[in-house]
Amino acid sequence: MEIVHVYTKKRNEFGRQCNFSDRPAELHVDILPDPSLASNFIERDPCDIPIQCTQEMSEHEVNTERFESDTRGINHVEGGWPKDVNPQEMEQTIRFRKKVEKDEHYFSTIMQLGSNMEHCIKQNNAINIYQEYFEEEEVVEESEEQPSAKTINVFRDPNEIKRTATCLSWHPDGSCKLAVAYSSLGFQNISPDMSYDSYIWDIESPNKPEMTLKPVSLLVCLEYNPKDSHILVGGSYNGQIAYWDTRKGSQPVEMSTIEHSHRDPVYKVIWLQSKTGTDTFSASTDGQVLWWDIRKMSEPTERLVLDPNKKGNLDNALGAISLELDYPFVPTKFMVGTEQGLVVSCNRKAKTPAEKIVCTYSGHHGPIYALQRNPFFPKNFLTVADWTARIWSEDIKESSIMWTKYHMAYLSDGCWSPVRPSVFFTVKMDGTLDVWDFLFKQNDPTLSLKVCDEALYSLRVQDNGRFLACGSQLGTATLLEISPGLCTLQRNEKALATAMFERETKREKILEARHREMRLKERSRSEQSKDEDTKEGDGEESVEELATRTEAEFYEIVEAELKKRAKEQEKKVRRD
Amino acid sequence: MSAEVEETLKRIQTHKGVIGTIVVNAEGNTTLITSTKVDYAGLLHQLTMKARSTVRDLDPQNDLTFLRIRSKKHEIMVAPDKEYLLIVIQNPSE
Repeated sequence: MEIVHVYTKKRNEFGRQCNFSDRPAELHVDILPDPSLASNFIERDPCDIPIQCTQEMSEHEVNTERFESDTRGINHVEGGWPKDVNPQEMEQTIRFRKKVEKDEHYFSTIMQLGSNMEHCIKQNNAINIYQEYFEEEEVVEESEEQPSAKTINVFRDPNEIKRTATCLSWHPDGSCKLAVAYSSLGFQNISPDMSYDSYIWDIESPNKPEMTLKPVSLLVCLEYNPKDSHILVGGSYNGQIAYWDTRKGSQPVEMSTIEHSHRDPVYKVIWLQSKTGTDTFSASTDGQVLWWDIRKMSEPTERLVLDPNKKGNLDNALGAISLELDYPFVPTKFMVGTEQGLVVSCNRKAKTPAEKIVCTYSGHHGPIYALQRNPFFPKNFLTVADWTARIWSEDIKESSIMWTKYHMAYLSDGCWSPVRPSVFFTVKMDGTLDVWDFLFKQNDPTLSLKVCDEALYSLRVQDNGRFLACGSQLGTATLLEISPGLCTLQRNEKALATAMFERETKREKILEARHREMRLKERSRSEQSKDEDTKEGDGEESVEELATRTEAEFYEIVEAELKKRAKEQEKKVRRD
Repeated sequence: MSAEVEETLKRIQTHKGVIGTIVVNAEGNTTLITSTKVDYAGLLHQLTMKARSTVRDLDPQNDLTFLRIRSKKHEIMVAPDKEYLLIVIQNPSE
């Protein structure tokens, strides 16, 4: 039963101050007990009621603001000379020293300390107390442990407006520093307040970057020089290349001139292995690959236009997103991953520009964000694009030899593990990191880890294979450590990986050969049908004979293929 | 008198593995440099002071008698006194 109290108020009185007045109590409703309703209820006997007589407490959480601490040191250089001695004057210091040496106290102290010291020195010489007594034997670990990865540190973009961490580069010696390039890749997504800085972080201190790099425009990619760990080269959003020397400060030492740079953001910059150690080359979606010598940045030393028709026409050119060298075997050959999904293999030292583009590999549906050769098997390379990651063999140009299934999220970057030939990592736009070990499991990643809620854009493994860093859309770089099982070389791993690559390559070769033959047959058949139309009646029998003969041949070949396939399957089963 | 001091110090220096010897006074300036390691003086002086104050904070009756710093390359030994410090750098396991 509802109890309501209705009152009316004039519209023009709304908002007016309330005037309260006293009034005696009025009885509005009186509900008398109705015993007949008691029959709806059952009496409960006994009743259990807990009662506690304690102080009532309430819980309240407080978190203080993060206290930023800084470490400072003081270096003591020249000692505390007494007032009358001028430390610069040799004479005075020598005189003072001689005076002290004549002091009685000095003698006795030195004698006593000397004997103490001798005792310890002799101790040291007698036994090396830190000697390894039990040399650890080679631990043949068949690690049964679950592969895992854990986050060690998180480096956040200190600016208000967060930018995407698009490229990471580890310091070449010792890998204690990480250079992260921040930019915003969304079209026209750059606000005027956005800071252009990129940072070099020291792994141990995630609160404040160790050094800031101040480019003229946002940096899309950044690389340490593997030969000289103070030099970094960066490609920026406006197409210029700049290089920094960390000893010289935050401003770039030199920048390439705008007229000769790229017309689009520079997506990848790589150092070349040259005698001077100063050569780099860069790729951008304007279709050019430019070579630079950092000592002279006013002009590129060489230029290549990625025109699939080999005419050097910039309009037709494919936009380049990733680069990979063919080092150590052939330093002049390299590969470019394009926006259109093709991988183009090029030779820098070709004589004519037309010959510079050697061959293309097709098979991806979207821009190729990562392209890397397997450090142990340079003939095989990994590409990461659209929703899959594919492994290719250099000899097979029509399709990849191995590929992952189509994922739910777009893959944005990937790389091989530098210590294990069969392990590679990929990151996706839903913020997960996948670790794949194709000797262990081919269909799914061995380990799939959700690093953060936003999309991950870049990934880089440290040279020891143990640590990896991934960069996200909000500029957070996460440092992860992988379980030792995934970064120690297992027994026979190289042999097994070789066998697997060879097997898959052979399969693809056979398929390719078969396709080619089928196409040839189709073509010859279509030619023959044209012949049929022209040669009406004449030699019809011979044509029919030809047709049946080709059919018979075709079926023979198919059967031979099937037999071969069956043998492969057997071999596979026997090997597993 | 000073001959004995000289002899003691020389004896220390000729021990196997000893790279250098320094005597530092209470204010932190070196009175005897036998190797070009002037930096050691100031730094080790501060460290010894700190070590001594730590030991005394933990137990006021206690005092620092010897300080040994073992590093990958060598061992630094510091014998402290009220007024002077004797520092020896030795490479023990040759």
